[in-house]
Amino acid sequence: MSSNQKRLAAGGRISREQPVEFTFDGRRLVGYRGDTLASALLANGVTLVGRSFKYHRPRGIFSAGPEEPNALVTLGTAGRREPNLPATTLELADGMVVESQNRWPSLAFDVQSINSLLAPFLSAGFYYKMFMGPTRRAWMFYEHFIRKAAGLGRAGTDPDPDRYEVRHTFADVAIVGGGPAGLSAARAAAAAGARVALIEQDFLLGGQLLADPSDGVAASWLRQAKAELESFENVTLMRRTTAFGAYDGNVIGLVEQCGQTDPQRAGEARQTFTMLRARSIVFATGAIERPMVFSNNDRPSVMLASAARTYLNRYAVLPGKKVIVATGNDGAWRTAFDYAASGAEVMVADLRAAPPAALTAEAARLRVAVRAGTRIVDLDGGHAVRRTTLAGPGGESQTACDLVCMSGGWSPTVHLTSHLGVKPVYRDDIGGFVPGAFTAGRFGAGSMMGTHSTADAIDDGHRAGIEAASFCGKSASVPAPSKLDLGETATAPLREISSAGRGKAFVDFQMDVTTKDIELAHREGYESVEHLKRYTTLGMGTDQGKTSNFPALVAMAALRNATIPETGATTFRPPYTPVAIGALAGRATGHHFKPIRRTPMHDWHMANGAEMLEVGLWMRPYFYRQSGRDVNEAYVAEMRTVRQAAGLMDISTLGKIDVQGPDAAIFLDRVYANGFAKLPVGRARYGVMLRDDGIVFDDGTTTRLAENRFFMTTSTAKAADVLSRLEFLLDTAWPDLRVAVTSVSDEWAAMSVAGPKSCAILSAAFPALDVSDEALPHMGRLESEWEGRALRILRLSYSGERAYEIYVGATAGGQLWSRLLEAGRAFDLKPYGVEALGALRVEKGHVAGPEIDGRTTLDDLGLGRMAGKRTGFVGDVLRRRPAYLAPYRQRLVGLECIEDGKRLRGGAILFLPGEKPYGHGRGRITSVTFSPERGHYVGLALLAGDVAVEGNEITAVYPMKDETVRARIVSPVFLDPQGERLHG
Amino acid sequence: MLRIECPCCGLRDQDEFRYGGDASVTRPGHDDPDPEAWYRYVYVRANPAGLHREFWQHVIGCRQWLMVERDTRNHAIASVAFARKAPAKKSFTQTSLAQKSLTKKSPVRKSTA
Amino acid sequence: MARYSAFSIFRNALSGQKDWQRAWRAAEPKPSYDVVIIGGGGHGLATAFYLAENHGIRNVAVLEKGYIGGGNVGRNTTVIRSNYLLDGNTQFYEFSMKLWEGMSRALNFNVMFSQRGQLVTAHSADQLDGFSHRANIMRLNGIDADILDRDEVRRLVPYLDFSDTARFPIHGAIFQGRAGTARHDAVAWGYARAADGHGVDIIQNCEVTGFVRDGDRIVGVETTKGRIGAGKVGLAVAGHTSVLGAKAGLELPIESHVLQAFVTEPLKPLVDHVVAYGADHFYVSQSDKGGLVFGGNLDGYNSYAQRGNLGVVREVAEAAIALMPCISRIRLLRHWGGVMDMTPDASPIICPTPIEGLYLNGGWCYGGFKATPASGWCFAHTIATGKPHPLVAAYGLDRFRTGRALDEAGAGPSAWLQ
Repeated sequence: MSSNQKRLAAGGRISREQPVEFTFDGRRLVGYRGDTLASALLANGVTLVGRSFKYHRPRGIFSAGPEEPNALVTLGTAGRREPNLPATTLELADGMVVESQNRWPSLAFDVQSINSLLAPFLSAGFYYKMFMGPTRRAWMFYEHFIRKAAGLGRAGTDPDPDRYEVRHTFADVAIVGGGPAGLSAARAAAAAGARVALIEQDFLLGGQLLADPSDGVAASWLRQAKAELESFENVTLMRRTTAFGAYDGNVIGLVEQCGQTDPQRAGEARQTFTMLRARSIVFATGAIERPMVFSNNDRPSVMLASAARTYLNRYAVLPGKKVIVATGNDGAWRTAFDYAASGAEVMVADLRAAPPAALTAEAARLRVAVRAGTRIVDLDGGHAVRRTTLAGPGGESQTACDLVCMSGGWSPTVHLTSHLGVKPVYRDDIGGFVPGAFTAGRFGAGSMMGTHSTADAIDDGHRAGIEAASFCGKSASVPAPSKLDLGETATAPLREISSAGRGKAFVDFQMDVTTKDIELAHREGYESVEHLKRYTTLGMGTDQGKTSNFPALVAMAALRNATIPETGATTFRPPYTPVAIGALAGRATGHHFKPIRRTPMHDWHMANGAEMLEVGLWMRPYFYRQSGRDVNEAYVAEMRTVRQAAGLMDISTLGKIDVQGPDAAIFLDRVYANGFAKLPVGRARYGVMLRDDGIVFDDGTTTRLAENRFFMTTSTAKAADVLSRLEFLLDTAWPDLRVAVTSVSDEWAAMSVAGPKSCAILSAAFPALDVSDEALPHMGRLESEWEGRALRILRLSYSGERAYEIYVGATAGGQLWSRLLEAGRAFDLKPYGVEALGALRVEKGHVAGPEIDGRTTLDDLGLGRMAGKRTGFVGDVLRRRPAYLAPYRQRLVGLECIEDGKRLRGGAILFLPGEKPYGHGRGRITSVTFSPERGHYVGLALLAGDVAVEGNEITAVYPMKDETVRARIVSPVFLDPQGERLHG
Repeated sequence: MLRIECPCCGLRDQDEFRYGGDASVTRPGHDDPDPEAWYRYVYVRANPAGLHREFWQHVIGCRQWLMVERDTRNHAIASVAFARKAPAKKSFTQTSLAQKSLTKKSPVRKSTA
Repeated sequence: MARYSAFSIFRNALSGQKDWQRAWRAAEPKPSYDVVIIGGGGHGLATAFYLAENHGIRNVAVLEKGYIGGGNVGRNTTVIRSNYLLDGNTQFYEFSMKLWEGMSRALNFNVMFSQRGQLVTAHSADQLDGFSHRANIMRLNGIDADILDRDEVRRLVPYLDFSDTARFPIHGAIFQGRAGTARHDAVAWGYARAADGHGVDIIQNCEVTGFVRDGDRIVGVETTKGRIGAGKVGLAVAGHTSVLGAKAGLELPIESHVLQAFVTEPLKPLVDHVVAYGADHFYVSQSDKGGLVFGGNLDGYNSYAQRGNLGVVREVAEAAIALMPCISRIRLLRHWGGVMDMTPDASPIICPTPIEGLYLNGGWCYGGFKATPASGWCFAHTIATGKPHPLVAAYGLDRFRTGRALDEAGAGPSAWLQ
């Protein structure tokens, strides 16, 4: 076969001087720049392009746009492999590697096409009625084969090597659709003074005008319209860009195909996802032609009439020379005329008994045969049509052909407006659904609103453009648009479904739903449109039923003997056409999935052997490799350092909140369960906050810096929630309190020096400061400066040792950290990580995340005494609900392992000795650590109050490791219950 | 995506805001000991299919808590205002407290006023 | 009711599919019923079936304002699991799992329950400890559960991100082998057909507009098809419980929120299990038709709109790629929203109400699908006997007053944070 044998010598919007090479199933082919994959395949005489979902029927190219149900291909290899792409929307690019799909071993010979013979057994929903036995799990066996048979293309499992971008833009007026209505709307809105974004999915502007001859009046109108728009500085033309969804707030989701085809744009992101926020939107999304439904209407070389015309005029491809045009409307006749003018032998079969005289006269002039009152009842041909059977007033006759063009009328593209909740309403005069009432600032124009002629679409777009601009306050005067009359006529279209004939008559081509399936659904009571869809899978394919929804509705309406609106309309969901998930994610992939928060000392940790751990968005040192080979060895060594000498811990991740105002103390008194009003200036206090429902929310220390000023710290995890909550209370509940709060988390670097030698280390590091017990007692604070930055030292302990929290201006964090280590060298000061931190607090009996789990009360955690008899604080009333006071409620206890060679584990379930380990037990272990002090594992647990008797034994069961361990219930404070070390 | 007209910062995307739930429920006084009042405030919701008064905080912005009226059937926003009856005072004065104390009773605050 | 079987398929294949009957009758309302169930979703239809099957109460109507199965049973992501931690939830969801295992045969309708296993990835040692706690509870309640280490996860699902660039590296996972998915529409249709077979009237396009009272007692409902008397009324309209509850004068701890769901184009088998990302909001499975079905977090504001917004679409796409990099080139085909009844503890409500004659089933948050059979079973029992079934004793409305919330996540009473 010679190359481009179906290509005309002249015409079209392709560059014959720019050949483009590609392969299809390994075969090397050549098209031209300006081609789509579909037009290039047609030009090369390729009619068989794919196989259908269920019956594996041979399929060709059906449309010339995103509504394509048949010609789905897989593009690219390895990580770039992308299945299910419609050949009709793929702009041809050099080196494209294209494979057909859903066939084995080859497209021409596909073993599973046997399904077509099994079709009587594979009726709609057959799988709901069988595969239920012989055993309960039988389905798992059948399913394995069904899953393999289902699906379309095969996806790759390699990561995607390409890049995607996300962009945020704004416009006064967004215009969706670059056909005559959209172009006209853009011009009008721009001339009125609005900032306009015109969005067109195709790589050329023009919409249906591109189906007209490339050298005619439509082409010159288009040329002029484009030139005019390009002259506006306030117009952004977005080609290759699909508006895939319309969302609240007039936000439109756009995906632009970028770097694939244009050599000048190589290296750019493959696609760009744009979130366009528009003040006003004009929907000029056009309409989609519908097929006719007849026996074997799915054969290759049966296509939509407008598509056939597009291939001829836009791509200069003549896919057939013996052409049948089957229609019930006027528009399709133009396809017949253009094909005839290009030398094809054409016959029009019009359902109408008397097609308009103007059309028949033109047909006679162009030697187009006309059969009125005639329908196609069958087609012959496997991989391409050979012959049609027509039924008309004179009976049935057979006609040889190599191309069938069909038109069952047009469906306005109401997808985007439907996304916004605008319900489509049926218009009988046009035989389609148009959008119902728009809300303010949203407009429709052109054939999506049901206009018929190009002239009307241009006028309609003009009006919509002016209104949309005016909505944005832009109303400069706009000159009238130039006219374009293509002489379209629109006499009563027919909407018939014909199912006569012996073969299958397809309604949904991709999902292989036939008229028989719709009949069956109706017979079985699945007669609501949604049931019909779900039962037969109609409209569930990659084309989302763009061409099938309406014919199905007509069929169901006929079966139910109901009108179309009574039968219903389906709700369209975004996206309009499928969107690569990678495009939606943009650059937020890999490390960039979530922002990484690093403390000011991060670089030091990295340079000094820290094993880092993700804690929320933060990176924190888990342990230091100098301390041990693995975390278990290291944390115990780090604990020993803290207990025996001193350790240095990066605590910059704590939330830090500055609380100021004359009523600050009153405010804290209300938000904490324990009192703060009487806290002396210069002293810190541990505080616990509750939620309104009485459950513990967060804990931390707050220091009174001055009469009206406090420095609050929160847990790392709750920092943002606590601040928001404080602001909520001040703004909405207690606006009379004169308090302001602000986050200072990022302003301070924070580190803790803990251990018996900590005071000596501070003295060495800050020789000018008095850090004696008198000047800086336990829970005391000191304010100073260090290297020109603010310095704040709080004497607080989490580990149970004498300890100091040192806060310094964030930029000096790394420097001070190093200074402390240097000063501490003589005292064996070493850094420690969060694992040791957690272990130290368990040993000391402090609660943290595992205990403050959103389900525990103050009393559960043994902290009830902090509130004492106070009232009037957040959560106070509901914490006293009956269930929270029940004697069996679980509360905090300590456990120590009493079996040699065994250990406790967090998440173990507690049972009484001898009790059958079944159910939810009496409680659970929340946190454990090996205690170097005790020489065995200790843990914190929540245990039912009625069995939580110190000194008794309890059994910890851990089925995941088949472990059962005996433990003794003890006080949760394993170390220094008198708190002497705090002063040691 | 909802777009909320912050009275301080202008029209912004919803993802700059934190949702705060139903604003039509009445929070009992901080020292109100009535469990039923707190139960209703914390748990009971009218949850209308229609206009809903709700709190949003402009967390990535002015951090003000806002009161938004929005239709839950179609997400259309009818109004946005500061949740504070009066915007936060720039400076604290004793007189403002004295004025406010007429509207809210608070034994703790009285002791300091 | 003609039985479905391979034989009936064969016979009809030869007779041109002409002999199939309606799956359920197109019933018009009678003047009154012993029980009226409001809501023709999975839970309402299951309740009607079990009222007839378990309690012999067959004079039952299910009223549906649109078409049956048009609410959340037809909008969810079809995951079925019984990996609950808290006493009350654990047993209820496991009972549901057992009913799923026999559902197709019990209903003579293939609901395609596929026990392909569910895993949730863990991204720190602490998280894995938390999962172990859950797995221990499951095992101790007779439920299958396993903890997998990183290598085991990798063998099972090699296409997840095990690279050095993973933002939250995978440490391990919790796995339940009996978890899986089912064909959601089939559940509604299967229960409808089976209930219809017991004589239950399924009445579509019949919206309840009000309640009929006799003193304090509810004795019927007003509908768009007229007044229908009822000995007892069961409300099973999750998503819209507040709207119907308000008509009856019920005050409820429920907010309606939208949760989005997503499906990709149909692909040849790629994802064999249900996989959930432990570091963020994302979970995915692959339907028998081939689409990857996935979801994420709530949109996070009260809504009855059945559609969500682009912010969550982006977040879900980002999380999808973070867990499963190869999904980048796979194309999203459709996304939609379902309206969830969110409760303050993310656990459901099944109980008699303070209003005599009215029973409540709602508050399913985003977990109602997996509960469908147990919910129907226990709600039928509650309606039939007037007392909560022991398995739903913890699901009373009064639990918020008394402090017996079942808060699996510990997220607290802000419904949209659950």
